[in-house]
Amino acid sequence: MSIQQWFYALPLRLRSLFRRKQADQDLKDELRDHLELEIAQNLSRGMSPEDSRSSAVRDLGGVTQIEERCREARGVSSIQDFFQDLRYGVRQLRRSPGFSVLAILCLTLGIGANATVFSWVEGLLLRPYPLVAHQERLVALTGTTPDSENPETSWPDLLEIQRSCTLIDSVIASKITGATLSIGDHADVTTGSIVSANYFDAIGVRPMLGRGFQPGEDSGRNAHPIAVISYRLWKDRFNGDPEIIGKTQRFSNVVFTIVGVAPEGFFGTFVGRAMNFWVPASMEEAFEGGGYKLDDRGARWVEGYVRLKPGVTRQQAQQEISTVASRLEAVYPATNRGHGLQLWPLWETPFNHASTLRPTLEIMVAVAAFVFLIACANVSNLLLVRSFARRQEMTVRLAIGAGRGRLLKQLLTEGLLLSTFGAAGGMLVAYWCRHALALLLTLYLPGEMDSRVLALSAGVCLIATLLVGLVPAFQARHVDLASALRAESTGVVGARGAAWLRSSLVVLQVCLSFVLLVGAGLLIKSLHEVRTASPGFSTSKVLDTSAPLVAAGYDAPRAKVFQDQLMDRVRSLPGVESAGYGRVTPLGYIPFSETPIAVDGYIPSPGEQPTVEYNQVSPAYFPTLGIAITSGREFTRDDDENAPLVAIVNRTMAARYWRGKDPVGQRLQVKGKWAQVVGVAADSKYESMSESPRPFFYVPLRQDFDREPELYIRTAQPPQTIVAALTREVRALDANLALYETITLQEQVDRSTSTQLVAVTLVGILGGLALLLASVGLYGLMSYAVSQSTRELGLRMALGAGVFNVLRMVISRGLTLTAAGILAGIATAFALTRLLGGYLYHVNPRDPLAFGSGLAVMMITAVAACLLPAWRAARTDPARALRD
Amino acid sequence: MSKPSDLVQGTLDMLILKILALEPLNGWAVGQRLKQISGGMLQVSDGSLYPALHKLEQQGWIRAEWKSSVNNRRAKFYSLTRIGRKQLEKESASWNSLSAAISGIVNLKEA
Repeated sequence: MSIQQWFYALPLRLRSLFRRKQADQDLKDELRDHLELEIAQNLSRGMSPEDSRSSAVRDLGGVTQIEERCREARGVSSIQDFFQDLRYGVRQLRRSPGFSVLAILCLTLGIGANATVFSWVEGLLLRPYPLVAHQERLVALTGTTPDSENPETSWPDLLEIQRSCTLIDSVIASKITGATLSIGDHADVTTGSIVSANYFDAIGVRPMLGRGFQPGEDSGRNAHPIAVISYRLWKDRFNGDPEIIGKTQRFSNVVFTIVGVAPEGFFGTFVGRAMNFWVPASMEEAFEGGGYKLDDRGARWVEGYVRLKPGVTRQQAQQEISTVASRLEAVYPATNRGHGLQLWPLWETPFNHASTLRPTLEIMVAVAAFVFLIACANVSNLLLVRSFARRQEMTVRLAIGAGRGRLLKQLLTEGLLLSTFGAAGGMLVAYWCRHALALLLTLYLPGEMDSRVLALSAGVCLIATLLVGLVPAFQARHVDLASALRAESTGVVGARGAAWLRSSLVVLQVCLSFVLLVGAGLLIKSLHEVRTASPGFSTSKVLDTSAPLVAAGYDAPRAKVFQDQLMDRVRSLPGVESAGYGRVTPLGYIPFSETPIAVDGYIPSPGEQPTVEYNQVSPAYFPTLGIAITSGREFTRDDDENAPLVAIVNRTMAARYWRGKDPVGQRLQVKGKWAQVVGVAADSKYESMSESPRPFFYVPLRQDFDREPELYIRTAQPPQTIVAALTREVRALDANLALYETITLQEQVDRSTSTQLVAVTLVGILGGLALLLASVGLYGLMSYAVSQSTRELGLRMALGAGVFNVLRMVISRGLTLTAAGILAGIATAFALTRLLGGYLYHVNPRDPLAFGSGLAVMMITAVAACLLPAWRAARTDPARALRD
Repeated sequence: MSKPSDLVQGTLDMLILKILALEPLNGWAVGQRLKQISGGMLQVSDGSLYPALHKLEQQGWIRAEWKSSVNNRRAKFYSLTRIGRKQLEKESASWNSLSAAISGIVNLKEA
């Protein structure tokens, strides 16, 4: 219909929809008028009054039929049918509240699990940065090197990309950093970002107060001490001061002028942490240390993002950027040989938590889909039972002329009603659970409930409607009028009619729950292995903390004095057994340094450049961490910058490069200088629990100095008691210093496996729910089967079947279904758990223990689910069953 | 009276539009007029007249109004809308060309 036609038709349709009574009355009036006029004409032709009337009525035909055809002409009858079905469906639901609540709960669970996981995927991987515009065109930018993982790039290279790439809108730098923030007498370490001047413009975020950064403010050494602060920082630490713009604030030991406040709900661009301040790259030196790096092409420290032009794919942009990278290699071989540039989709960003969360979320998507299918199978089964009970009703409706299409519509409407309630419940579940990941991971991990999550959930709801509505409809297909007059059939347990459909739904549920059980089993075993394996150093009695000396402006000599003074104070604290410094915490977030080495008498094979990772540690590091020195000595205070260079190697390194000979007293070349090996340390884990033994060595902190090492304290006291004393000692040395967080090494190790804990917890919870759903399904099926075969059971018992026989009959039927489900489950699990491979630590994806316990749990649950119906069957009173 | 054939059914809409183009009428009068004009050749059952009228109304080609009639009671009168008039022109034109073509064929002299 054309627009002009709608102009006339729309009011009519609305009228027939919302003022149906009026429209119907008009129609009746019109037809009555017709009859009256016709009768009057017949009378005037000389007919008798009776003939006039009967002739008129005959000519017009069946009034009801005409009315119905006129109503059809209104074009809204299907909408009216829908509302009729809806009203009818609501009545049906209210008639059996137990059924309705159970069905809606199942769907709430299924849809809620999916919506929650979608909200995490959306909020952490796809659109991780609230308020940032066009995130679909944002990709992460890192450098690449042939040998080691160094995901950063240099400032001059970044500018070069901005200048020469035509396929990108903008390049932004966003490097996470920390600073001591002292306001009044309260000092805190807070997280922020070093950004390029185009940052706020490029991501489309306008500060709510003041301004962002202006072009040029990211150049010039320490030239622009200005900062934008987060809404939360403004509220919490500045009490929402409306006059904040232009005020100054010390970040670390540099005074910054606050030029803007970011809008509420903007947390920066780092998955896993909320940023509290932003400073331009020109101020990098104040936070990063290591000198001014904006002019140094060899200093790779920048992390950032690239915004692609509309319609440009990541691959196209990658090609262009690779061209730039190889040109830079050619022009600046000294700094750029072997260095490339790489673009990543946001969900693979290597420099934040996205890449570590992704596998967990992938597993969760699969698990949520499983739970959804199980829930739908359950509701379908419930509806099937009910549709059987409603067969009479369906038959009657067919008999009085309802079309099968109309019946189908009604069943689908009822399905829609259920899944809509389920979806509403699911949205609530998702809304409550959207921040649940943050509870499990002590990170800033918000889920996002945006329109796309809602749309996806609506899609899931639609699928649920079809799944739960079509199954009973499929069965209603078999309803035929002939059976209308037949008495209710008295089935044999599980051997009649569409029982196979119900049975296969239960088999499906058992199969899917079994897969989830096995998956949960594998993950639990893996987590257990990881958490009980020894990393090679003691974890429970050792505390780990550090002070932000670089950010506080300490140069090397001052830092050395501070470190020595702090160490003396810490050692004299009550309860402290020993304490030491180390640059990098094993199994932590920061990577170790790496260096090419040479060893007397070790001839590398052609093309081999032996490279080994090392750590800089202070005296007492080894006893503090509980790493044994198996030969020689550990470092002492005499191994300082004026003493000859020394090193301690681990056993794997000794075995590889000295071939079993004791290396103590031998020479090791580190960064081009020879050092003497003075000891051999036991092996431990360095980067991940799953690594195999690797060569590693240590050098004294004083001979390869770092201003900001970690401080380790071995104490039998609980950490809290030490923290207070420690803070006091740090304050006594420098009132403007606050410590970074103080945790035990055990917590540190646990954090490195925390995504596994999350996966185990969530798969465990959802696996348990799936098991519950499956057992409800099995229970429902068996109860129904028993209730339908009372007569048969009664007959059997009358003929001498004992209680035990009946019990066995019912339970064996249930277990047959379970066994079929488990068989299918084993096949599915065999195919699927392989995908978990990279996620498991020292556990075979086909671990017999996980499969075995899955089997046991499933079987026990199945027996429990069948027991009650079987017991009811066994108590059938034969006399009554036969009489009824 | 039998149900009108498909051809008549299709042309019924056009005939109703044409009749209403002359003056607004109520449903009964439209039926009477059809019989009169066609000299009884076209007998349209009252049973198909009303659904046809309602359909035309839904398509926006005719408009219905309740007016007082001769004997001073309310009656439903149908009249042509602007786009109904256009539709009538379109249908008349295609009917004319179709009927000209058909009569040309029917009147062919047999050799």
